Amino acid sequence: MYESNLIIARKLLSLNWFVVFLVIAISAVGCLMLYSAANGSWSPWAYHHFIRFGIGMTIMLSIAVVDIRFWMRNAYLGYMIILFFLVLVDLMGKIDMGAKRWIDLRLFHFQPSEAMKICLVLALSRYFNGLTYEEVGNKLKLIIPLLMVGIPVFLVLKEPDLGTALIMIAESAAIFFLAGVRIWKFFAFITIAILSFPLSWRFLRAYQQNRILTFFNPDSNHTSTGYHILQSKIALGSGGIFGKGFLKGSQSHLNFLPEKQTDFIFTMLAEEFGMVGAYCLIGLYVLILAYGFSVAMRSCSQFGRLLALGITTTLFLYLFINIAMVIGLIPIVGVPLPMLSYGGTAMLTIMIGLGLLLGVSVHRYVRVSHYGY
Amino acid sequence: MFRANEQNIRKVFTRRAFMLACGKVALIGTLGAKLYNLQVVEGERYELLSLNNQFISEIILPVRGRIFDRHGVALADNQDIFQVAIVRERTKDVCATLSALSSIIEIKEWDIKRVLEDVKRSHAFTPVIVRKNLTRQEIDRVAVNAPYLPGICINVNYLRRYPFSDIVVHIIGYVAAVSEEEQLTGDPVLRLPNFRIGKSGLEKMHELEIRGKAGWRKVEVNALGKVIRKLPGDESKAGCDINLTLDINLQRFAAERLVRGNAKLLLINDPRAQRALTQAAPAILDYYTDQQTVLVNSNGRLVEAESGAVVVIDVRNGALLVMASLPGYDPNQFNKGLSSKEWGKILNNPRGPLNNKALSGQYPPGSTFKMLVMLAALESGKAKMDTKFYCPGYLSLGNTRFHCWLHYGHGWIDMEESIAQSCDVYYYDLAHRIGIDCIANIAKRFGLGKVTGLDLPGECAGLIPTREWKLATTGVPWQIGDTLVAGIGQGFDTVTPLQLALMTARLVNGGKAVVPHIKISSSSNQPAEDMGINKNHLDAVCMAMYQAVNSPRGIARKIRGDKNDIKIAGKTGTAQVRRISINERSAGHYNENNKPWRYRDHSLFVGFVPLNTPRYAISVVVEHGTAGLYAAAPIGADILREVMRVDFRHDRFNVV
Repeated sequence: MYESNLIIARKLLSLNWFVVFLVIAISAVGCLMLYSAANGSWSPWAYHHFIRFGIGMTIMLSIAVVDIRFWMRNAYLGYMIILFFLVLVDLMGKIDMGAKRWIDLRLFHFQPSEAMKICLVLALSRYFNGLTYEEVGNKLKLIIPLLMVGIPVFLVLKEPDLGTALIMIAESAAIFFLAGVRIWKFFAFITIAILSFPLSWRFLRAYQQNRILTFFNPDSNHTSTGYHILQSKIALGSGGIFGKGFLKGSQSHLNFLPEKQTDFIFTMLAEEFGMVGAYCLIGLYVLILAYGFSVAMRSCSQFGRLLALGITTTLFLYLFINIAMVIGLIPIVGVPLPMLSYGGTAMLTIMIGLGLLLGVSVHRYVRVSHYGY
Repeated sequence: MFRANEQNIRKVFTRRAFMLACGKVALIGTLGAKLYNLQVVEGERYELLSLNNQFISEIILPVRGRIFDRHGVALADNQDIFQVAIVRERTKDVCATLSALSSIIEIKEWDIKRVLEDVKRSHAFTPVIVRKNLTRQEIDRVAVNAPYLPGICINVNYLRRYPFSDIVVHIIGYVAAVSEEEQLTGDPVLRLPNFRIGKSGLEKMHELEIRGKAGWRKVEVNALGKVIRKLPGDESKAGCDINLTLDINLQRFAAERLVRGNAKLLLINDPRAQRALTQAAPAILDYYTDQQTVLVNSNGRLVEAESGAVVVIDVRNGALLVMASLPGYDPNQFNKGLSSKEWGKILNNPRGPLNNKALSGQYPPGSTFKMLVMLAALESGKAKMDTKFYCPGYLSLGNTRFHCWLHYGHGWIDMEESIAQSCDVYYYDLAHRIGIDCIANIAKRFGLGKVTGLDLPGECAGLIPTREWKLATTGVPWQIGDTLVAGIGQGFDTVTPLQLALMTARLVNGGKAVVPHIKISSSSNQPAEDMGINKNHLDAVCMAMYQAVNSPRGIARKIRGDKNDIKIAGKTGTAQVRRISINERSAGHYNENNKPWRYRDHSLFVGFVPLNTPRYAISVVVEHGTAGLYAAAPIGADILREVMRVDFRHDRFNVV
């Protein structure tokens, strides 16, 4: 089906195993924190997390050995399929906690918005691959990629899932930026976005408005959203430099901390292991991000470069938005922490992304034409 | 071309990737800085907040001290209130547990329905009350079957109870919910929703001692408020008990006797009661709504319960055996919370149930004052036992006639007979002879005109007028007429029932300045100071009081009883509420009973038993009871005989 200059075994050998080790290390930390979140029990979270990690690991390695030209060729197809599912969710999705995000595929619950984060990176990377700098400067050439971003963002916002929409917009912006879109266009876009903010405010759901208002005025709403931020800050702050010790986080174990197994798992880690633990975890992520940059720098194809930094940026966005929201820097938007938070779809998305990143590294000498051959 | 483009685009990419990396480093640096700020700079503040989250202080309520009478009967008690509750998380099947419970104790069907709904709505660890007010037997049955009742727990609560209700309410007082101003006084237990605080009487006066000291313990809770574990803390300290000198049985006897007056207590279904009810006026029918008994007088008419006060005092040491004020009110109602309608009914009752009339009711002493005038005369040496005056039925002073109660007069009469027959003219003359200063001096020494020093709040001083007082108060100098009316205990004179009892006690105990008290304490056991009164004069007063009841011409001879009855001594008094006008007197046949209740005379009686070594003194005031002989004297006699009966039977009145 596709030509490969390397056989699979050689490819596996040429994988960057240090990065694989980093991924294993972070996921292991995730398992530990979920064990602690369940008050020192493997069920219900840590065990499942481990299983999912095992599956994710297999998928990651499988993806890593597939020639990146295969992904290039099928980028649009994948994008269209996921877009179809997004529309399907809008029409017949499962309502959960006030939002339609899931679709029941009999076998498992599928969240197309998660998959779209990767497919969008793939599709945009393909689009910009082979375009000259002059072509990128042409406004007309930007209409198609803008639509490619705009349609899924619109659908995701409609679910509503502000966090995913933010990530999709930001990662696309990064790809546009790296592909060479003129910088003044970004400023123009930001200006328009700010000017249209009062208009879009009316389309936000009440709870989303509430979250944003609470963020700017944390004391106004002590009972619900403000309470979550406050309790998260208390947990973090009381952790101090070295933390309260494994399984000893009072805020988490006495349930003052909300959603400690998903969105607020970083808080729990920072409470039990302190600032030192939090810095170490961020350090592990930074190593993976740095690896992403080095892969991009060494890739011979624009597709590989954009894909590598697109994935890296997506990972960064997950990381940054999650931590920033639990420490009270930005409003709570519901973004999980990669490889730590409990949740199958997010884990799968991240592992696929990392698989692609590793794949770009393995196939860094492969040249990719405009059509993927 | 392709090559050049590739290099060009790669150059742009590299430059921009570097910019992107810088941006990311900056953002991650922000995260790091914020974490440092939270965990190091503000770490201590958040640690405190976290501890506040984790631990709450739980107050352990102290048990309120009880109040007992001299025999150890509880007058204010703490009743255990038992409740059965169910905790959902401790049972697999709420329905099964409930049905098991309902086979052991009675539970109403709708109670089960309510519990099932409440259980669904509340947290799994929150106890939901199944039934309140369980009896001891029911609690025992539940406790024995506890292994078969998973999730069932028993709660104990205290409720302040006053078993004697309105009979001792003026002394004990009552507790009620804490008001907002009282909450500010500091003690944290006051903020607990079900806490009760003393609002009057002993409950208020000794609030701090009775309340005890609350304990506390730290409790670790989770975010839902579920208790994870309890840490040791301070135990609570129960409040002090208070022991009173009262005899509650006597108190009850006295209260019921006073209420009854001269009427008959009949059950509502008695034919005489029915007859009286059919003839009664609507106002009095209103008074008797929801009553099981009615009072019917000798004419077969319905009458209202009498009001007034009774004080019985141990003359040796001043211990109060009875201090009743009527009517009273139910203190238990105040504890539960009073509706404004019930409160209004108490407040608007013309007989003033809220006042402790024994302490704060001020009445003219009337003829009960004559003993003091007699003693003053003897002590001053200006009169002797054989001093005689002629009573023509009145005394003329200028244009005014001062009347004796016996309008045709007593004739020539000596001192002992003047008390026994209560001749007014004799005392006009005697008072005129010895002067007001001498009378006021003796009256004050016997405890009138000033507070007695009783260990209860709310005492009134009464009034014994002097020349200085009148000039200062009214601006008019003292007149001889004032001295004359003071001689028969009218005019400006007012006393409280407690003062009357104290006066009698000091007259009959050999002139010892005993101080009344109602709480048993070691200091009250000290011997009282002698007032330095001639014992012969005091004996003469006692003898005169004996004659008033027991001589054939004694004014109170009707309460003498028959041969087998215990002999008592005493003196009646009739305190005028309104002057009798000349017209009324000339009409000759005016009748106290035809006046409206509030204008009738107060009826007074003081007395003592036994005769040879006086031990108990009494004062009875029946408000607007007309003549002392008519209302107060029979009540006083019955109570004194009851005191002696109880005394002879048990002979254990040695409690101070």
